[in-house]
Amino acid sequence: MPDATELELIAQELRAAEGSAQASSGSPVLETVFFRGRATLVVESERIGAVLVRLRERGYGFLASLHGVDYYPHEPRLGVIYELLDMHKVDRITVKLRLASATPEVDSVTPQWPTADHQEREVHDMFGVSFRGHPNPRRILMPEDYEGHPLRRDFPVGGEPVLFTYNEGETRGSAP
Amino acid sequence: MEVRREPLPPTSAATPGVPEHVDPQALGVRELNASQLLRGGDLLGANRPAHLEAADLERYVQERTLTTTLDRAVAWARSNSFFPLSFGLACCAMEQFHAAGPRLDIARFGYEAFRASPRQADLIILAGRVSIKMAPIIRRLYDQMLEPKWAISMGACCSSMGVFNNYALVPADKFMPIDVHVPGCPPRPEALMHGVLKLRQMVQNDPDAGWRERYHARGTEEILPSPHAAAAVNVPLEGDTAGA
Repeated sequence: MPDATELELIAQELRAAEGSAQASSGSPVLETVFFRGRATLVVESERIGAVLVRLRERGYGFLASLHGVDYYPHEPRLGVIYELLDMHKVDRITVKLRLASATPEVDSVTPQWPTADHQEREVHDMFGVSFRGHPNPRRILMPEDYEGHPLRRDFPVGGEPVLFTYNEGETRGSAP
Repeated sequence: MEVRREPLPPTSAATPGVPEHVDPQALGVRELNASQLLRGGDLLGANRPAHLEAADLERYVQERTLTTTLDRAVAWARSNSFFPLSFGLACCAMEQFHAAGPRLDIARFGYEAFRASPRQADLIILAGRVSIKMAPIIRRLYDQMLEPKWAISMGACCSSMGVFNNYALVPADKFMPIDVHVPGCPPRPEALMHGVLKLRQMVQNDPDAGWRERYHARGTEEILPSPHAAAAVNVPLEGDTAGA
């Protein structure tokens, strides 16, 4: 893990590089969090592609995993987390971004990291985040005609009433 | 099954077998012995033919005959020769394998022939979780199986969804008829064995379990509508990618 100082240095570097590239849109790094030895960069969702490429050039070349989060009821509600790994220094860094529930869209990183393919599809399936530029933006786990995104926190837990002998007659025929 | 079995009448011969003074290799002697065996005689050699006559013969035949109905005989044969489908869904499948292993050895009961094709199987053991994406595929496998066919729901997940009672799973009873539910998470191989033997008992006692009526399943048989039809009823037509 980079320590708190190094995290600030990385953030500063990103601010300088990206800020100069797009002077109008401000800093790509919104926040740095160093908590219990884990370094986290909170970045602006529109600049995620550029930030990840910068970090890759800095050594974090391995996208270990990609997750979705639902912060309901807070806004911006949805989040995507990228866990990056520097295989030479055995050093990890977390990149987070937040997405408003009205427009849950973010650029796909599959062109840069092919491993993100299925993970982005899963986040799309479970949380309803659209990844722009994904080569195959379909559901991956649930059926194609499934409605809703099951891991959103306002999704009903669901389940079926358990069929025992005593309630066999009551529940029969109530299947969807 | 009715069995009439009475003690054999005492035979006068001390020990059955070919007497020493007869050449056992002689063809004529062997033929005679064979015919005597068929008629109920002991192997007494050519010089001492022992024929059962009249009442004795009748009694002898009755002792060696089982009387039953054809239905019961067929049910007995079916119940002792299930052909299970090689099919595992999740962790319960591990226990299912062990039921076929040497310790429990379901070959003792005649169920060891796990078939790789539903066309050759008449028992499906749902061993594991059934997701709503898998359910139509399982239903198709079940429809393709030979009739008469049976299904065992093994474990909590496919009976009542167990700890996964959420958006992803569906209980097996919702989409296909289940004959025996085996509880457990996962059930031990002994429990599965018990379930299979329960099913055997069911088939022996009541060959027509009536599941088609119970589950309103008339018309789900996969049959060719006519000899000239292009495909069977449930075979996907060209362009139908459901389940692909």
